[in-house]
Amino acid sequence: MAAQFHRIVDRPGTPVPFTIDGEPADARQGDLLITAVLLHRPALRRFEFGAASRAGFCLMAACQDCWVRLADGRRVRACSTVVEPGMAVLIEGGGPG
Amino acid sequence: MRAAEALARAGLKPIVLDEAERPGGQVYRQPPVAVGRFSSAIYGFEAHKADAIHRVLADCRDRVDYRPGTLVWNLFGDRLDLLTRDGHAEQRFDRLILATGAMDRSLPFPGWTLPGVFTLGGAQIALKAQGVSIGRRVAFVGAGPLLPLVTHQYAKAGVDVVAALDATPFGAKVAQARGLLASPATFAKGLWYTARNRLHGVDVKHGIQSLRVEGDTHVETLVWRDAAGAEHHVACDAVGASFGLRAEAQLADLAGCRFAFAPDSRQWFPERSAEGRSSVAGVYLAGDGARIGGADVAELQGARTALAVLEDLGRAVDRREVARLDRALAQQARFRQALDAAYPFPRHLLDAIGDGEIVCRCEGITAGTLRQAARDKEAREVNRAKALTRIGMGRCQGRVCGEAAAELLAHACGSELQDVGRLRGQPPVKPIPIAVARLGVRSLENAAGALAESAAR
Repeated sequence: MAAQFHRIVDRPGTPVPFTIDGEPADARQGDLLITAVLLHRPALRRFEFGAASRAGFCLMAACQDCWVRLADGRRVRACSTVVEPGMAVLIEGGGPG
Repeated sequence: MRAAEALARAGLKPIVLDEAERPGGQVYRQPPVAVGRFSSAIYGFEAHKADAIHRVLADCRDRVDYRPGTLVWNLFGDRLDLLTRDGHAEQRFDRLILATGAMDRSLPFPGWTLPGVFTLGGAQIALKAQGVSIGRRVAFVGAGPLLPLVTHQYAKAGVDVVAALDATPFGAKVAQARGLLASPATFAKGLWYTARNRLHGVDVKHGIQSLRVEGDTHVETLVWRDAAGAEHHVACDAVGASFGLRAEAQLADLAGCRFAFAPDSRQWFPERSAEGRSSVAGVYLAGDGARIGGADVAELQGARTALAVLEDLGRAVDRREVARLDRALAQQARFRQALDAAYPFPRHLLDAIGDGEIVCRCEGITAGTLRQAARDKEAREVNRAKALTRIGMGRCQGRVCGEAAAELLAHACGSELQDVGRLRGQPPVKPIPIAVARLGVRSLENAAGALAESAAR
């Protein structure tokens, strides 16, 4: 699956392992969850009111487009949540975002 | 930040409640955790200003009670309801300075809900706070000074910027050249960005008549009509589009501040005196949350507003500093007036919105549903239309669709924009866990409102 984001400025930071729909993925310390996911995937969630996906919009915690589901039951706003080791993001199996 | 600094200097210990994890707001946004300096190259001309703002707290650490990661989600009398890292909290205040800032003003266009479409501000944050681009082949669309800036930042970072489209006419900028020279340094920066963008092979096209994004499940093509009416297709995998800025004024609304309609920028702002006072005693307003002025103005206003607070507390203030700030703000106001006229609201983009287009991103409510409510149910006011259609009732509370919905409603009703009103702010101003809302309630009436809002999303 094509990634939406691309890392342009390399910066230091320890690797942060997490999963997307059970598949292992890597992020870097200081990555927001939206960055971590969209560096691997084209979208963050299924749209709950129609056949479409969503990938965030404003990135400043205002539009609420980037909520994602985690396997532990939490629902978090990906643009204002820092990725943590072991986070398990559900896109396809997460039900409506 | 500048308000807190001025209050600390006067011997007070202000509390700064910041929703972000680190200081800087949106313009001088920092990565969420300190991961080394990679953003100085990205701030460009503004690097020294960003550094200065980031240093304010370090310089008065023990005199400012800075609380990052704190969302103010309700305001009731002299109490704020907070969502902190540790859960619910309350804060009483005797004076309140609201510096809630602005966000991108969005307008719907065909394809704007496809993954890969972001706001210009979002595109900028991806780069400066995360060091990532929103795509490999990126197109930008705007109606304000953010367009040439973001274009410049992306091109400089080596991203392939395939189009930069300004929905406002070039002639408007030429006509305002004199007024724009009220801030010669900013004017020069604008020219420099334009020149550098040309060097990178990106020429901003002005006066575009229409746009749409095409793609099956994702952004594939941007289609636009130029000022002469010719249609262009450009392949891309990401679009950054927004049309000026809008104030984040929900807390001012909850505080009971009086609002006024600004015909030039076609939006409502809480009323603010030149000194920073709102219509409510003890509540002050600084920065873009009360009138779009930009980062430089926000710094001046923050400092000026703090002096008004000190005056109202009966403390001595430096009259020369007051005069200096007032002069600087008056000059900036002349510049802003010209800038607003140089980038008029691109109303024409809304006229082309078909009934099937989604206006509310949160819940997928279409322009047709809104128009039908206006026609069949006599919804002639936006809060009435919200009740009937759920437009503006989703998770974002109308932050994204509010302006467009009001414009479309006014058009459908044959009314002036100010006559359809504005969406009222409602607590919680952003989504919070229901458990937090239950802790935060202070009356049955409040409880019902907050829980209903939470349950609704």
